[in-house]
Amino acid sequence: MLDVARLRADFPLLAQRENGHPLVYLDNAATTQKPQAVLDAIAEYYQNTNANVHRGAYDLAIRATEAYEAARAKLARFVNAWAPEGVVFTRGTTEAINLVAGSYGRANVKAGDSVVVTAMDHHSNLVPWQILCQEKGATLRMVEITEDGRIDLADFGRALERRPRIVAFPYVSNALGTVNPAAQLVKLAHAAGAVVVVDGAQSTPHLKVDLQALDCDFYALSGHKMLGPMGSGALVAKPELLEAMPPYHGGGEMISRVWDDHSTYNKIPHKFEAGTPNVEGAVGLAAAIGYLERIGPERIADHEQALAAAAIDKLTQIEGVTVYGPRARSDRAGVVSFTYGDIHPHDIATILDQDGICIRAGHHCTQPLMRRLNVTATARASFYLYNGLDEVDALAGALVKAGALFGYVPA
Amino acid sequence: MPSPARSSRREPCLDTSPPDPQLSALYQELILDHYRRPRNKGTLEHATHAVSLNNPLCGDEIDLQLRVDDDIIKEARFIGRGCSISQAAASMMTQIVKDKSIPQALALADRMSAMMRGDDGAARDKALGELRALAGVSKFPVRIKCALLPWNALTDAVKP
Repeated sequence: MLDVARLRADFPLLAQRENGHPLVYLDNAATTQKPQAVLDAIAEYYQNTNANVHRGAYDLAIRATEAYEAARAKLARFVNAWAPEGVVFTRGTTEAINLVAGSYGRANVKAGDSVVVTAMDHHSNLVPWQILCQEKGATLRMVEITEDGRIDLADFGRALERRPRIVAFPYVSNALGTVNPAAQLVKLAHAAGAVVVVDGAQSTPHLKVDLQALDCDFYALSGHKMLGPMGSGALVAKPELLEAMPPYHGGGEMISRVWDDHSTYNKIPHKFEAGTPNVEGAVGLAAAIGYLERIGPERIADHEQALAAAAIDKLTQIEGVTVYGPRARSDRAGVVSFTYGDIHPHDIATILDQDGICIRAGHHCTQPLMRRLNVTATARASFYLYNGLDEVDALAGALVKAGALFGYVPA
Repeated sequence: MPSPARSSRREPCLDTSPPDPQLSALYQELILDHYRRPRNKGTLEHATHAVSLNNPLCGDEIDLQLRVDDDIIKEARFIGRGCSISQAAASMMTQIVKDKSIPQALALADRMSAMMRGDDGAARDKALGELRALAGVSKFPVRIKCALLPWNALTDAVKP
């Protein structure tokens, strides 16, 4: 386990109290708190380096551009991207996937083609493909999940028989915590001739990501789920694919020459970064990556697996609690989705909040998945490097209180 | 369940004291009774008004049906899915609006909103009947929309 007490000292927000209790922040799959190093990097950028990038001829603008491009290089190394120019900064995972659907998808998917997604995809890796397929007259094929919350490999194989243009899936499920066998899925999809889009929103913060080894074609991530600022994120892609793709947004920065009636476009990645970018976000994300590298993604993954295993153990000892997703510790990230008898997840969240415990209650932007689990919502605790076993205990203790209020256990 | 280990950093977490009074006020027995045994749940054969509302943020849903005769709500039924607050509020509402005129029902909707805004007078208003058990919701701002969901459905349904 990591030295949580020491790490927590780096996160100013975690020192506060909620409803008279120490804050127990267990909604990290939604967003993470920020270490002082990230806050400092953003302040430092505005205090010393701020200017518009890729434009100014003066030294300040050159330093701003260097900071922005250094952040790109840092992110590229962190996920072992194919090349820094394969990293397109976006507002986050959602925008990155929309970029792929709107550019690669619109240029390559035709009527009668198929696009494959899974029943555990977040709405942001589903709705862009629905829109694309509706526009093109293509078929969207949703791969089923197994009882224990994994991608059904037999159904995945059947979906590939139609030789889909695009296969999209999450590396780690935001609602169940399932770590999917991503490299295996990529191989199968490539063998069927598909281009593979991986939603990396929940994998990048929590496990060691090696994109060259994974060999997918597009990978989307969000900075704010990995200690970075909101509004930061990236699409990481094989450069040759980006080269061949039409632009997504038009505007400044993405052009080479502009005539009255047409334009030529900048080289990648700038072709996909129209307008003034979120330099503050990139700089903050780079600081977050620095922080994560100092701890080590493998150690973070181990820590979260231990927390999830402890949570599953504690929660399943409470009569009436159902935990969703795989049981094997190795197939899980630090996300534990559960229900408790007929206590609605929103009621659970309200009761836990009174003890300063923040969890998520709802459909987690995975309504198709909720239907398959036969629930409208679940309660979800999601851990990060600054959470400790005592917070798992606090969660279990507060759940017992919820049970008492609803008559499941004696008060 | 076994007692979880207590750490020095946190306060005792398996606390055996009665739950917080605000929570007890929120989850009164009457509310849990309506949640678990909702009154007037189902569909009406000869509904004159129907409306479906949901709260996209939390997923609470209600399908409300009314049979209105000569401006009087003769019957109200609902089908819903959601938290204890939204479902209990719906169950109580379908009882209290029965045999009320539409203006009377809309006046109750106003009193209910006032109670959710923390208006003590509304919380003591006998006209709200069992709904007064929901007064505690006003202390939980994010849950007010749950209690008002069925009332918003009613207001929409009878809108000319």
